[in-house]
Amino acid sequence: MLIAVGALAALGLLLGVILSMAARFLSVETDPLADELEQMLPNLQCGQCGFVGCRPAAEALSAGETDVTLCPPGGVALAAKLAEKLHVEIDLSQMDHEPLVAFVHEENCIGCTKCILVCPTDCIIGAPKKLHTVIVSACVGGAACLEVCPTDCIEMVPVTVKEESVQSWNWPKPRSPQSTSSELATRSVDR
Amino acid sequence: MEQYLLILLSTVLVNNVVLVKFLGLCPFMGVSNRFAGAIGMGLATTFVLTLSAALSWLLETYFLRPLGLDFLRLVTFILVIAAIVQFTEIAIRRISPILYQVLGVYLPLITTNCAVLGVALLNLNQGHNFTQSLLYGFGSAIGFTLVMVMFAGIRERLELNDVPLAFKGAPIGFITAGMLSMAFMGFSGLVK
Repeated sequence: MLIAVGALAALGLLLGVILSMAARFLSVETDPLADELEQMLPNLQCGQCGFVGCRPAAEALSAGETDVTLCPPGGVALAAKLAEKLHVEIDLSQMDHEPLVAFVHEENCIGCTKCILVCPTDCIIGAPKKLHTVIVSACVGGAACLEVCPTDCIEMVPVTVKEESVQSWNWPKPRSPQSTSSELATRSVDR
Repeated sequence: MEQYLLILLSTVLVNNVVLVKFLGLCPFMGVSNRFAGAIGMGLATTFVLTLSAALSWLLETYFLRPLGLDFLRLVTFILVIAAIVQFTEIAIRRISPILYQVLGVYLPLITTNCAVLGVALLNLNQGHNFTQSLLYGFGSAIGFTLVMVMFAGIRERLELNDVPLAFKGAPIGFITAGMLSMAFMGFSGLVK
């Protein structure tokens, strides 16, 4: 019993030491700047910048091969942060176009769920043969849904209505009990 | 010498690990979509299989049997195989990041490739010595790679063909695998 436990433990220890040595000496040096930039990017892997995902985009940014204004979901705020990080000058006025979000034209939606499957942020809700709709506050404008829609019923529209999101949620201040009761009193008088 | 050649021939063709023994079917179906991926997977498995066949023989002879720990054989072998696979993963990530991306999840899954454990156990069953074990492992791995490459080539061509809708994708793959297996049965009797 003890021999068995000891032997297996010793074997495990030996293999562990070998593996940790291998991990140390064969480790891949990743670009630390690209790592930091990847953390700053939204990591939605939406592909709007033309790269396959956020990691390749971060690598291209750190190599200086692309512009800091590449990321539509990140918007102006991200571009400014990236410019500060990379010490480059940008003209933010180029980026003043409004962010676009997907909109489902309901008369043509057949409920095929194809757009739901490709959305990187899961912002389209619906079920097979049921009408789909877009949660505007979660849509980053990836436009992946446009290509797969068989009836072309999705359109990219500017955000017009400021949707309630966690950031913009404003809880109204509760009214005081006195005002409520007096209001009720006046109401009953009116009646 | 002749005996060693026979072991190689027998493991590569006659007792092919995938098509005759039906071991390691997961990567056989999973990574055979693309030719490059199949070659990479074959090479990675070759490395792991050969090394694990040799190491498991050494462990069995000089570690488990002297200590009377035969009942720990499976656990020990799996432990060693997992360690070798992890080592291979680290090495491939360093050597070829593209291959690392192509193989994806199937690289760690070599651990559970039953061909690897199967060959280690078959070596003991058949009472091979060290050189024979090494060759048996290497031959099986070459057989695995050969079949992977053949199958990937066939599947790439299949994708360009007009397959009936009901058979598209995996079903036609399974049918092809069955026909390949029957073709490999033709080798039986080549080596006694």
